[in-house]
Amino acid sequence: MEKRIIYADNAATTKLSGTALEAMMPYLKEEYGNPSSLYAFGQKAKEGLESARLEVAKAIGCEPREIYFTSGGSESDNQALTSLAASGAKKGKKHIISSAFEHHAVLHTLKRLKREGFEITLLPVHEDGLVRTAELEEAIRPDTAFVTIMYANNEIGTIQPIKEIGKICRAHGVPFHTDAVQAVGHLPIDVAAENIDMLSLSAHKFHGPKGTGALYCRKTLPLIPFIEGGAQERSKRAGTENMAGIAGMAAALKESLENLVEKQKRIRTLRDKLIAGLKTIPHSRLNGDSTQRLPGNVNMCFEGIEGESLLLFLDDEGIMASSGSACTSGSLDPSHVLLAIGVPHEVAHGSLRLTLSEEISAEDVDYMVRKVSEVVGRLRDMSPVWRDLQEGKREYVIR
Amino acid sequence: MLYSEKVMDHFRNPRNVGVIENADGVGEVGNTVCGDIMKIYLKIKDGIIEDVKFNTFGCGSAIASSSMATEMIKGKPVSEALELTNKAVAEALDGLPAHKLHCSVLAEQAVKKAVKDYYDKNGIAYDPELFKEEEVHCH
Repeated sequence: MEKRIIYADNAATTKLSGTALEAMMPYLKEEYGNPSSLYAFGQKAKEGLESARLEVAKAIGCEPREIYFTSGGSESDNQALTSLAASGAKKGKKHIISSAFEHHAVLHTLKRLKREGFEITLLPVHEDGLVRTAELEEAIRPDTAFVTIMYANNEIGTIQPIKEIGKICRAHGVPFHTDAVQAVGHLPIDVAAENIDMLSLSAHKFHGPKGTGALYCRKTLPLIPFIEGGAQERSKRAGTENMAGIAGMAAALKESLENLVEKQKRIRTLRDKLIAGLKTIPHSRLNGDSTQRLPGNVNMCFEGIEGESLLLFLDDEGIMASSGSACTSGSLDPSHVLLAIGVPHEVAHGSLRLTLSEEISAEDVDYMVRKVSEVVGRLRDMSPVWRDLQEGKREYVIR
Repeated sequence: MLYSEKVMDHFRNPRNVGVIENADGVGEVGNTVCGDIMKIYLKIKDGIIEDVKFNTFGCGSAIASSSMATEMIKGKPVSEALELTNKAVAEALDGLPAHKLHCSVLAEQAVKKAVKDYYDKNGIAYDPELFKEEEVHCH
């Protein structure tokens, strides 16, 4: 089998699309005017800024003035949670509901809010990686300031019942924020129909440039500026706008939503082929629900091996992937996401995430199945854990 | 790169991988919760380590540390193997990232544990202080 180079880490970041790059170029070259300047040259940039805002608003079904451009998903999450907490606190509401496996941009902000006196309820995400709406409803209290639950998980790709969550929050009059960084551009989203009050998105997850994102904030909700200064972004985010990034993001988003249904179908088919192939490896399992998941997400555990060495060997085979292994993060604790869905520590170390893009072919999938099987076999051959399992001295966690 | 070329070489082409049946000394350290387990097997004759094999469950640096440690003690007197330090293993690998240094500690401990096992099996007297287990924290 000839060596291939396969980028299968699209949940980490994606390749910039040619369309996005083209939309960015004028702002990096001739259109360098400041959108805040009065003369025509500046106002031309302002037009570009507003047409990008319109494009992003259209993509998620909100009004343009409800879109605030930021530096990315983390900033959007931070600003959303901090603002919602502040308005809650004003009304004496200091209880927040979230889920156990949020992105750290949310979890760490919640940690800070906890230190500031908020009470946090983290809903369980169960073995399938999905929150239960009944449990959300039970958790809502008269003093609940807001709910923040991610649209789709970044590691295991599970898609939450966002519409139902939005409905419940609306019925109880509780604002609802969702970190949709992994979902925007990959799933159809309509904040009005789904009763979403705030939403975070990041351009580089849908073939846009890095360092650019947006926060959607329903016009009735107050936002607190994180960066103080000029009156940009309706005074909610100071600083001269990242014109090239914003234009690139709008173009990438528009492109990613074209023929979305067909693209989703194609990637989903490849995803399921990859999952089926990897499941033929003995003592392996898929993490997270098999249908309520992002079209391109595959996350597996292989018993008896450790994830970092798996990634290093796969890299030698031309496959770029990621792992929830502790050893890849430096913390030595395996992924909080896998632990949250009840994967035991010893197996959580042996996880592999492959996230596909439109560029992946069926041949790439065959190649990945073959190479992962080979590498897992090689690592198991030198694993004392695997030997113990095979000799019956240790019980299999994955049967 | 996260790792030195030496680490990558020992990871890609680990020396002395395997098991010795009826080994004279066996040492296993680490646990699956932390994510690293090393097992070292020794064949000893006339106080010399004639053969050594290892099995490791762990990250790249854990595999490389085991490989390097086995190479460093093969053919050496048992007493010399006991002097192997984690620092020497890490240095021989041209260094390890700070958060991976515990892998070299595990390698040192696995060798010591295997020697202790050999001493115990053969009724050889030793100073217990030599084998005081340092705890390796995984958090």
